[in-house]
Formats: sequence, structure tokens, C-alpha cells
Amino acid sequence: MANDKIRNFCIIAHIDHGKSTLADRILEKTETVAIRDMEDQLLDNMDIERERGITIKARAVRLKYTAQDGEDYIFNLIDTPGHVDFNYEVSRSLAACEGAILVVDASQGIEAQTLANTYLAIEHDLEVVPVVNKIDLPSADPERVCNEVENVIGIPAMDAPRISAKMGTNIEAVLEKIVTDIPAPVGDPEKPLKALIFDSYYDSYKGVIIYVRVKEGRVKVGDNIRLMATGAVFNVVEAGFMDASNLVNSGSLEAGEVGYIAASIKSIGDTRVGDTVTNDERPCDEPLPGYRKVNPMVFSGIYPADGAKYGDLRDALEKLQLNDASLSFEPETSIALGFGFRCGFLGLLHMEIIQERLEREYNLDLITTAPSVIYKVTMTNGEVQYIDNPTNYPDPALIQTAEEPMVKASILSPSDYVGNIMELCQDRRGVFKDMKYLDDTRVELHYELPLNEIVYDFFDVLKSRTKGYASFDYEMMGYVPSKLVKLDILLNGEVVDALSFIIHTDKAYSRARKIAEKLKDNIPRQLFEVPIQAAIGGKIIARETVKAMRKDVLAKCYGGDITRKKKLLEKQKEGKKRMRQLGTVEVPQEAFMSVLKLDS
Amino acid sequence: MRDLGIYIHVPFCGKKCGYCDFYSVGYTRQTAEEYVSAVLRNIRHYGDTERKVSTVYFGGGTPSLLTSVQIGSIIDEIRNCFSIDEQAEITIEANPCTLSAEKLSELRNTSVNRLSIGVQSMIDSELKMLGRVHSAERAEQAVLDAHRAGFENISCDLMIALPGQKPDSLRYSAEKLTSLPIQHISAYILKTEEGTPFDCEDIKLRLPDEDGTAELYLEMVRLLEERGFMQYEVSNFARAGFESRHNCRYWKCEDYLGIGPAAHSCYNGRRFAVERDIAKFISDDVQQVTVTDESPCGFEEYAMLRLRLKEGLYLGDFPEHRADIERKLPPLVKDGYAETDGERVWLTPKGFLMSNSVIEYLVF
Repeated sequence: MANDKIRNFCIIAHIDHGKSTLADRILEKTETVAIRDMEDQLLDNMDIERERGITIKARAVRLKYTAQDGEDYIFNLIDTPGHVDFNYEVSRSLAACEGAILVVDASQGIEAQTLANTYLAIEHDLEVVPVVNKIDLPSADPERVCNEVENVIGIPAMDAPRISAKMGTNIEAVLEKIVTDIPAPVGDPEKPLKALIFDSYYDSYKGVIIYVRVKEGRVKVGDNIRLMATGAVFNVVEAGFMDASNLVNSGSLEAGEVGYIAASIKSIGDTRVGDTVTNDERPCDEPLPGYRKVNPMVFSGIYPADGAKYGDLRDALEKLQLNDASLSFEPETSIALGFGFRCGFLGLLHMEIIQERLEREYNLDLITTAPSVIYKVTMTNGEVQYIDNPTNYPDPALIQTAEEPMVKASILSPSDYVGNIMELCQDRRGVFKDMKYLDDTRVELHYELPLNEIVYDFFDVLKSRTKGYASFDYEMMGYVPSKLVKLDILLNGEVVDALSFIIHTDKAYSRARKIAEKLKDNIPRQLFEVPIQAAIGGKIIARETVKAMRKDVLAKCYGGDITRKKKLLEKQKEGKKRMRQLGTVEVPQEAFMSVLKLDS
Repeated sequence: MRDLGIYIHVPFCGKKCGYCDFYSVGYTRQTAEEYVSAVLRNIRHYGDTERKVSTVYFGGGTPSLLTSVQIGSIIDEIRNCFSIDEQAEITIEANPCTLSAEKLSELRNTSVNRLSIGVQSMIDSELKMLGRVHSAERAEQAVLDAHRAGFENISCDLMIALPGQKPDSLRYSAEKLTSLPIQHISAYILKTEEGTPFDCEDIKLRLPDEDGTAELYLEMVRLLEERGFMQYEVSNFARAGFESRHNCRYWKCEDYLGIGPAAHSCYNGRRFAVERDIAKFISDDVQQVTVTDESPCGFEEYAMLRLRLKEGLYLGDFPEHRADIERKLPPLVKDGYAETDGERVWLTPKGFLMSNSVIEYLVF
């Protein structure tokens, strides 16, 4: 197939604006999927993705389309993750394309994420094809939305197809736009191989499957390929493309094409997204630009609720890591929670997804500690430490300076909520940068915020203060010096390591009080009184008490029927297993979780 | 000769009380007759002249719905089939309304020597709310008549933590009761059992809360002891020497044989229970039982039952657990839940109120 008949593109959309539905319709229209095999939202394979309406991992599929000009075209649709946590993966997916379809909801307009990803697409010189979706909604206002796209993004949008992916309305117009507006790929198949890895996953039969965009040269079965960042060399077993549900081993791929390679690769760590694949015997001069190793930003301790499930948790994490090189974990021990793992995530969503998958797919009951960012601590002796676990925070006397990571945040919202948003950002130690009106009713605000202020519940609170209308996006901007302290929580006079966290001095008192109150509400009254204290160093700054229970008795055991009393004792024994025993204090799982959501 | 207690469950009630979830059915003369025949058959079945029966307890239901002749025939059958201790404690539970002076003197002529009267409260509005058919006056009369008929061991039930109950109303009932010629009081904290008419929001919302219930209980213990009724079990109080010997069997892991639908036994090394079905009990030649425990009276059970008694548990009885208990004791003693003299451990009234938690703490 000649390159001029190939179109490589992705779809950019905000959550719920209809990306997956449009992808399904395109698959359907190109008859890639027999109608009877259609399952709603085919590209989103994971349950969580389907439920949350988001794409976690990129995926790619090859489609055939006969255009109105009578010619047959090959479409490679590359599905991109929509979320900021996967920013780097998005950028690599974009780098595999020549064009992007920008889907905008006809009633909601542009959102923060859409904007961020659209700018990213423009940065990668992609042709952006706007599409206005959900025109079937009563509140649809395609004119206003097209204006917004022109004004805010600065691309022509007046002739954007107005469609309803849900109803299947006007999908052909989108397909024709892909043919006419998105450029065909360029690249010389005779040059040395140069292919971009934009995704990979682990298949238990074939080993790691890498998804590539071939920029130059060709690759075929039997070739020895080299992954340039890691230097690892593998022999190609399969090379081909994906139709809607299967890998099709066509034997080779060449410049301009998107497809997969299987080469008996055992570890996903070898196949880093963004790396360049070349031919080992005839390598290219230099790798494709833009490769970097992604590092976890947010850390949290994950423990099995039932200590006996530690091995199961380890197995589950290992399995998840096979498909997700950005997940890191190492064993850690907590006095309160026993054996578990300190896990690193790209961001909050990534963390939530991993936790949810562990619970759902691996049937594990988990206790997670408050998420922490990485603090940079310079010791008085000049040594620099990076602290991802509050338990390891050094003695303040030995710290010369402490620094915390900051993010550039962009918030899009109806202008009615500007006051609420500013209040929230201020409360989270945000520094206001600027605000601009996108149109009469919508604004974009820019703030610099400490990452540790948004890792808990920022997005939830933002949503609740804007009736769900605000959207939020951020990017990392580096470390700044900060006045940080370690806050310890004591139960019955003993520090509970799993509840310690690092916080800005100014916020320590109010947070300490809130945590103490939350714990008081979530630790049941028990045989002995439970003093709850929050302390910085040795200084107690908040205090609550769970009073001892007064009555817990079966008054009557009638006619020698002790079965009920015995059952009760058995039940207590069982219930005790769900509690963490800290000295004489029994702490239920919920208490550990409650301190994670202080504002709700 | 090994000692034994016999419990006869009499599952008839004139009217079912809203809080009660014990097994009972409506009374008809014919069912009662068939029931008594079945009881006699079972006594003959279990009969063992090598066992000395020192307590008999007619519980219910409302055992006083049986005629004195029926009661007498059951006692006689026990006498025929087992060895009976001449000092045996023979108790019958009675509803005040069923205790006419005539009935009382008939009962006195059987070997029954102890009455347990379901008084519950000495305040009419509370009795009405509980769904009791008697008045406070009727209850008082029944006690006086029983005394007059020659009963010298009378127990009354008292219920606490009733919906809307205040310390004052509890005090009134307790004072009223303790001034009557009785020797024993069983005082139970009302518990709304699942599936009973009391298991409804209307009742539950008016129940005293945890702290209120605790106050009522502690106040009651104080009041009763002040008037000479000493606490010897979580819910039982007696003048010296009038502790219920039958009920103490349960807490001391001693043998008792239960006859009748829904009766429980701890007999010859097993715990077993009879199905809650009067028709089946009547039609079966011998009552069918389900074994609930093949080796009763292990340490957990011993501790759980023994700690219901003021006497408490003996550290020497389970030497392998002694060190563990002694290690766990100090915080219990410090917080006033338990006391010890080095050989025994017993709970205080505050500890009784928390006995489930205390036992769990000590045992697990």
C-alpha cells in the first residue's frame, strides 16, 4: 500500500465528550467490526476504563475505508489516554500520528484537558480536525462551540462536522475529513529502520507486544532489532497490525505504517514508551527525539487488610507491572499495618486505577496510606535526600532546607465559580498567575500549586465547589523551598507510623485537628479509652478522646441456651481480624481510610 | 452419684409479649395434655437412677398455664426415673395473672418450692407498653398470695432500659419490689430482638442510649445491693443463700437436661438442642435433638460463662492460660472492670456491663 493512502490519527476529547463512542462508530462504518460483534466502546478493554469513560492505555487499530473519491484508504486509529497522569504517553501517541480529531461536546465546550492535549498536538505539528459531537442534545449549541474553538485554540472550525456519535449521525463527514485534511505519512522505506514505541503490553504467550510507528525503513520477521534506550536486542517473531480484535501477523511493516512487533521480549521494562526501535545490523544514526524515562510522582503505602494476603498482593502488583512499567513498588513495613508495599504512581488517577484494579481484578482488600509526593531535603552536611515516605523524614535539626514539588495548574470553569475556585486555590497555598475569559461565560485560570496540596482531594473538592463544571489539568514545574513539618498521629500514646505525613507548617494545626476528629468518629468506642493526639516533634498540637464503651453485654442467657453467646464471641473474634491491633487499641480499616478524605 | 438439673420448657403463652423471642405457642387444653404426655415419655427415655436431680426448672412460655396436677405428674415422673435430692430446688415461672390464691396453694402441695414471677415493672404504664396483661397491683397481690401460700423462695423479674425509662421510674419499681416478701430478683436489660414487634423504630428511638442504659444498670445494682439483694450474676440478685441453684449450673458448666421444644441441654459431655416445634415434640416418641457442641466447657466457654458470675473464674482451673490472663489483667483492674485476689478473677458491675468485650479481650 502506497503511503499516500495511509492516514495515522488519534482522537482528542475530554472525558465523556464521546471519544470512545466516535471510535466505535468509525470502526462500525469502516466495517472493521461485524455489527453483531459490536460491544459498546470496543477500544476501552478494561472494565475500569469503560466505567469511568476514560482510556488508560493507548491502543491502535487498522481500518479500511473506501472514500468518496473511490480509493481505498488505510486508517490507523491510535487511541490515547486522556488524562494528565499519562501526559507523556499521550505525547508519544501523538508523535505516532499526522493528525488528531478534536472532539468537543456541543453543549459543554472546551475543557482543560482538551486544551492541554490540543496544544500538545499542535506542538507535534499534527493537523487538528475539530468535530462537534452530541448535536442531538437539547442543550447543544454547535455555533457557540465552533466559535470557542476558533477563539481559544485558533484553528478554523466553522466547517467542523457536526455529529452525534451516539446516534451515528454524520460520521461519514468525519471519515472524509480524515482523508482530505490529514496528511499522508512521509518516510523512506529504504533507509535504516527507525520506529517509535508508543505503547506495549504483556501477552503471556508472545511476551511483550510493542506498538510502533515506523518512521523510516522497514522491519520484518526474522530481523534483529535493537531498542536504542536500553540497548537490548531481540529477534522479530511477528510483525503486523491489529484489526478490531486480533493481531494480524502480516510479516513486515514499513515507513508510514503503524503496527506491532513481537520478539519474545520477557520484560516490559525493556520496551519503554518513547524509545526508538532500529535494526541491529543496520542501525540508524540517532534515535527519534523526545525520549525520557517517566518517573512516579505520587507515592502511597499499600497493605493487605488481611496480613496473610501479602503474597497475593505482591503477585498482583507484579502482574500489573508487566503491563505498566510506570508502576513502581518495593516492600515496606509498617508497625501499624504490617507488611506491604510503597508504590509509586504517575499521578492520582493512576494511583486510584491501580488500587481499584488490585481490589477488583485480584479481589484484594486494601489499606492505603495517605498519598505523598517526593520531598527534596538538603541536610546540614550537604547531603541531598529524596523522601517519598513520611516515616523516613529526617530529624528537623539535621535539615538545612526542605523543598516540595510545584505544579502549573490550569482550571477551566464557568465564570460563576471563579470566587469558589480562587478560595480553594488560596486555601491550597496556590499562587495566582492569570485568568482569561474564553468567551462571555467561561474562564481559564492559572495557578501554581504545591503538588502535595492536590494529591489528596483537590479534584473532588473542585468539582463539588463548581457543581461539577470545572475541569483541571496540571504539569510539573520543579521544586521550591518550603516550610515543611512531619505530623505524627498517636493512639494511646503510640505513634501510628501509617498515619504520619508531611505538611506545610501553616496548615499543620488545622489538619491535625481535622484528622483527630475524623479518627474520633471512625474509631469505635471500645473497652479502653483511646486518646488520639497529633504531634509535631514532641509537641502535641491536637487531641481527641474516644471514650470507653459503656455497655456490651448479653443480659440474658435463657434456659441454658448459650449458643447465642458463643456465636457472638465467634463474631467478635472474626471482627477482630478486620481491626488493626495497636497495643490495646483496635483500629478499623475505615479509620485509616477516613483520614484520606478530610473535606468530605 | 452425679448431680443433674432438669429444665422443662413449657411453650404456652396466653399472650405473646412484644419483646419476647422465646419459643411459645397459644394454649389449648388438648395440646397441653398431649405436651405433658410427651414430657413424661421423654423423662422415661432419659431416666437414669444413677443421676441425682438437685434442681428442676419449669421455664417458658408460661409454665403456670399447666394445671398443678400436670406439674405434679411431671415431678413425680422425674422422681420415678431419676434419684431426686430431697432438698431439690424446684422452680416454676409464672405470670402474675395465672397465680390465683387457689392455684398457689395447689402448687404449694406439689413439690414446687420456688416461684419466679414475671413482674417486669411496678409501673402500670410501663407494663402496658411491654404488652403485659397484669397491673402492678396484680403483681403485688400475686407475690403476697404466694407468700401467704407458704412460698419462701420467690423471685421476681425486673426489666430495665425500657423505652423512656428514667432512673426515677426504675428506682420506684426496685424499691417497690424489694419491699415485698421476696428473696431473689432477675433484672434484665431489655434487648430488642430481631423479628419481634419491639424491633421497630418507634420503640428503638425511645430506648435509653448506651450511656443511659449503663447509668440505669449501675444505679439498679447499687439500689438492690443496698436493700440486701446481692449481685451474684450479670442479671441476678439474691438475699444470702437464695441464689438460684439451677441457673448457676449454666455458668458453672454443670450438667442440665432440657426437655421440651426449644430446650437446651449440656448432658453427658455434649450440648444439644430440641427443635422449636411443639407438634413434632408431641408426635415424636423421643424428642429429636441437634448436637451443638461435642466437647463443651473448653477454656473459652468456661471463661465466658464463669465471668458471668460474681464468683468469677479460678486461675488454677486452666493453668495453661494463667500467664496470659495475668498479663492482660492490669489494665482491666486499673479501669475498674475486674478485680482479683490472685486466685480468682471477677468482674465488677462496670465490667459486667462490658462483659462481651472484656471476655473477648481476655480470651483472644
